[in-house]
Amino acid sequence: MILEVIGMGKKFDSENYKQTVKPYQPKPNLLLNCVKAFVVGGLICVFGQGLTDFYINVFDYSQKDAANPTAATLILIASLLTGFGIYDKLGQFAGAGSAVPITGFANAITSAALEHKSEGYVLGVGSNMFKLAGSVIVYGTVSAYIVGILRYLLTQ
Amino acid sequence: MIYLWAFIVGGGICVIGQLLLDVAKLTPAHVLSSFVVAGAVLDGFDLYDKLIEFAGAGATVPITSFGHSLLHGAMEQADDKGFIGVAVGIFQLTSAGIASAILFGFLVAVFFKPRG
Repeated sequence: MILEVIGMGKKFDSENYKQTVKPYQPKPNLLLNCVKAFVVGGLICVFGQGLTDFYINVFDYSQKDAANPTAATLILIASLLTGFGIYDKLGQFAGAGSAVPITGFANAITSAALEHKSEGYVLGVGSNMFKLAGSVIVYGTVSAYIVGILRYLLTQ
Repeated sequence: MIYLWAFIVGGGICVIGQLLLDVAKLTPAHVLSSFVVAGAVLDGFDLYDKLIEFAGAGATVPITSFGHSLLHGAMEQADDKGFIGVAVGIFQLTSAGIASAILFGFLVAVFFKPRG
């Protein structure tokens, strides 16, 4: 059936490939995906708020300074869960809900490092660690640099 | 109360990400990069700090706060040192996150076996 459609005068090339396969791809359940992302992402943030309050109350950090140990703790937990293979399962369930929080950044670094371990510690782990997370740092730095220079010029 | 807003705002940011994945068909790397840029731009207009005041970890845990922290460190040093301060301060507030992500990522790669 598919072959017949393709055979009817249309060339099967990379240009119409996307349109040809479109009716046969499973449609994502948009609402369900969004609810899952909302609940999981929200819960990770609530857990982060709990950590922030813990550092403020127990270690006397200020509201602003507590962000650093909170991020580090979340990253440690996410790296360990990635090592145990749990975070990737969570990612399949929650989509953006587990990718957007800072834990997703840690997961991207750890899973890239683990995946390329067989290629050695320097060429595998070291070179590929930022394969996924690198673009976040690059575009964050470039945009912060540009906005920073603009703000400095405008406020002086 | 801050916990409720952290849940709603943090969850809401993730829903925006999910919509970009499912509707706009962006890859996760494109979504995360856009979020970081959005965080830096929002902080450029002093809007992100207001969101943090309001939602706490709901605004500091999503990756958008990475862009906000980059710009914040840059602006703090720029006030003292001028143009070079932007370069000096840009990683000041984010170094804890990047350093721990590298360290823990490396240690997990050393001590765990890849799965799947």
